[in-house]
Amino acid sequence: MRILRTLFAALCMLPFAVSGAMSLEVKSGVIRVDRTRPLPVSRLDLPPEDLGFAGAQLGLEDNQTTGRFLGVDFTLETRAVPPEEAAAALEDLKAQGVNLVVVMADAETLLDLAGRAGPEVLLLNARAPDAVLRNEACRANLLHVAPSRAMRTDALMQYLVWKKWPRLFLIHGSHPEDRLLAESYRASARKFGAKIVEEREFVDTGGARRTDTGHVQVQRQMPVFTQRAEEHDVIVAADESDVFAAHLPYHAWDARPVVGSGGLLPVTWHAAHEAWGATQFQRRFERLTGRSMREEDYQVWLALRIIGEAVTRTGKGDPASLRAYALSDQFELAAFKGQKVTFRPWNGQLRQPILLGNRHVTVSVSPQDGFLHQNSQLDTLGTDRPETTCGAF
Amino acid sequence: MKTAWLILPALLASATPSFANKVFVTNERGNTVTVLDSDSWEVIGEFPAGNRPRGITISPDGKELYVCASDDDTVRVFDPETYEELHTLPSGPDPELFVLHPSGNPLYIANEDDNLVTVVDTKTRQVLAEVPVGVEPEGMAIHPTGKYFINTSETTNMAHFIDSASYDITDNILVDQRPRYAEFSTDGNKLYVSAEIGGTVTVIDTSSEAPAIIDKISFEVPGVQPEWLQPVGVKATADGSRVFVALGPANRVAVIDGATDEVLEYLLVGQRVWQMAFTPGEEFLITTNGNSNDVSIIDVKDEKVIRSVQVGEQPWGVVVAPD
Repeated sequence: MRILRTLFAALCMLPFAVSGAMSLEVKSGVIRVDRTRPLPVSRLDLPPEDLGFAGAQLGLEDNQTTGRFLGVDFTLETRAVPPEEAAAALEDLKAQGVNLVVVMADAETLLDLAGRAGPEVLLLNARAPDAVLRNEACRANLLHVAPSRAMRTDALMQYLVWKKWPRLFLIHGSHPEDRLLAESYRASARKFGAKIVEEREFVDTGGARRTDTGHVQVQRQMPVFTQRAEEHDVIVAADESDVFAAHLPYHAWDARPVVGSGGLLPVTWHAAHEAWGATQFQRRFERLTGRSMREEDYQVWLALRIIGEAVTRTGKGDPASLRAYALSDQFELAAFKGQKVTFRPWNGQLRQPILLGNRHVTVSVSPQDGFLHQNSQLDTLGTDRPETTCGAF
Repeated sequence: MKTAWLILPALLASATPSFANKVFVTNERGNTVTVLDSDSWEVIGEFPAGNRPRGITISPDGKELYVCASDDDTVRVFDPETYEELHTLPSGPDPELFVLHPSGNPLYIANEDDNLVTVVDTKTRQVLAEVPVGVEPEGMAIHPTGKYFINTSETTNMAHFIDSASYDITDNILVDQRPRYAEFSTDGNKLYVSAEIGGTVTVIDTSSEAPAIIDKISFEVPGVQPEWLQPVGVKATADGSRVFVALGPANRVAVIDGATDEVLEYLLVGQRVWQMAFTPGEEFLITTNGNSNDVSIIDVKDEKVIRSVQVGEQPWGVVVAPD
C-alpha cells in the first residue's frame, strides 16, 4: 500500500522532482468591458482606472516568481473596451497567440465572447454572477472564478439562519439585475428555512445619486419607505444597481440590521480581511498599486493564479490541458480563505468561501458551521450537482 | 537558582531525575512571551515581546532568546533568565519564522512580505545576505550539517534548497498548497514539509545528491471535515521513530511512524494547534493552541496528552531552554 502511494507521489512529481528545467511561454490576457454607468452612491466605490488589471498584475508577478524556478515565462495583455469592441479585443488577443483570457463583462457580452472564442481558447469569468451562465447557457470553454449570485445569497442566508434571524424583510430594486438578486434571495431563504415576511420594491426614478445635501431628504424618505412592515429580524437589500441599499442602515423605520447590498455584504474579498495569511497578500497588492484591493482585483488575481497553478503542476500551457487539470480532482489552490478552492466539474464554477463583511471588518465567513454536505461543505453554496442544468461539461 | 534544581531531584532519589527547563511561548495577540516550568508546568513568568510575536528560538548555549516581532519588522533578543531585551536584529520586514545554524550563528529569517530570506549574524548583528525566494516565504529548516538550509514559500508552493556558503538555490521541490513548516530528521536523511491547505506532509529524501519526494502523508479523522485537516508544525524524534504533526483547526496532533510514514494515532489537543517543541530529553512535546489560549503537554513515550496549561492570548510559537 505504502509502495503504491510512494510510486504515485513520485509519478505525480516527476516533471519537477528532478529540477525545474523546462522552457515554456504562457500568454494570458484580461478583457475588461466597461459600460457607462451612473456614479456610485458612495464615492468610496468609484472604480479605479486599473480595476481588475491591478489584480492581474499581482497574479502575473506571483506566477512569474514561481516560473523563474521552473523555466516558465508568464506574460499578460490587458484591454479595457466598451461592449461593442469586446469581440475585436478578443480577436486581437487571439492574433497575438493569447488563448487564456480572463473576462470582466456582463453575461450577454461574455456569452458572445465564449461563442467567438472557440474551443482553442479558455475564458475565465471574473465578473458575471448570472445563474444562467452556470446552467442552461453554460459553455465548455468558460470557467467561472466569480461566484454566482446564489453562492453569495446562500452564504448570507446561512449566517442569518445561524444567527437565528429567520424573518426577512426583502427590499429589492427595480432593475433587471436587482430582480435576479431578489429571486436568488428567495431561493436561498427556501433552501435554508428562512422566511420572507414582506417584500417591497424600491423604484429607481433616476436623477443624480449624490447631491450636496442629499442626506436631508434621505433621512425623511427611507423611514417612510420602510414603515409598517411585518415583524422582521433583518432587512435584506437586493440592490445590485446601487440605488438605495447604502441608505437603509440607520434610516429604516424599525431598528433592525441591514444585510445584502447594504450593511453586511457577502463578498469574495474585503480590504480589511487578514485571516489565513491575507495580510501579506493585501500588503503586496497595496505596495504594487497604492490602493486597497477590490473584489474584482481579487477575482482576476485568482483567475491568473489558477492558470499559474495548472501550468506549474502539468508543465503545459495549452488551454485544453489546463482546463482538464483545473476540472480534475488533482487541482487545488490556496486563496487566503482558509481552505483550498477547487472547481465544480459539472459547470466549471470555482468553489470558494464567501466573506461577510461590513465597511470595516470581516464579520464572518461562510459556509457556516453545521451546514453539512456529503462531498464538500463549499457545495452548500450555490447550485449543487443534482440541480444543475448545465450540459456542456 | 540552578543549585536549587539540582538539590530537589537528589532528595527524591527514587524518582527519575528530571531537570526543569523553561518553556517559552509567544502569544501572537497578547504581544507577550509566557514562561512555563517543564517540571511543574506552572506559568512562572510573562513578559512583553513586541508587536505580534510569532517565531521563537533559543541559542544552543541557552543565553539568548530570539523572537520574531512580526509587526515591528525586527527580531528581538531577550535574556532567558531576566527576560530583559538585550538588543534587536535586523530581520527585514514581517519576520515570521527562522532557524538558527546548529552552531548558534547565523540566523536564517523568512520575510513573508518581501519574498526574501534574510541571513543575520547574531554576534555582529549585520545582515550577511538576502536570498530571493518564492512568494510568501515561511518555513525554515537547516540540515544538521549546516551545509544548506530550506525555505518554503506559501504561494509558490516550493521547498527551496539554499547553499549556506554561496546562498545559491540549488534545488526547488514543488509540494502541495501553502507549505508552512520544514523539519529535518536528526540524521539529515529526510525532510518533512507540511502543506496547510493541501492537507499533506511531503517526505523528501535528502540522503543523496539530488533531493527527491519519496512519500506524501495525508490525514483522515472521522467526524472532522477534511478541509480542516491542515498540517502546520512538524517535529521528529531524535531516533527518527516518530513524527508529530500539528493539524491546525482539526485540533489534533498526528503521530506518524518515522520508518513507514503511516499515521498511527491522532491526539486531541487544544484549538488551532500550531507549533510544537520537545523538552531536551524528548520526554514531552508542547503544542501551542491558538484559539483556546493554552498549550497541551504530550507525554512522548506514552503518546498521550497529559495536561493543558493556560497561557497568553493566541499562543503561536514555543521553544524549550536547553539543559
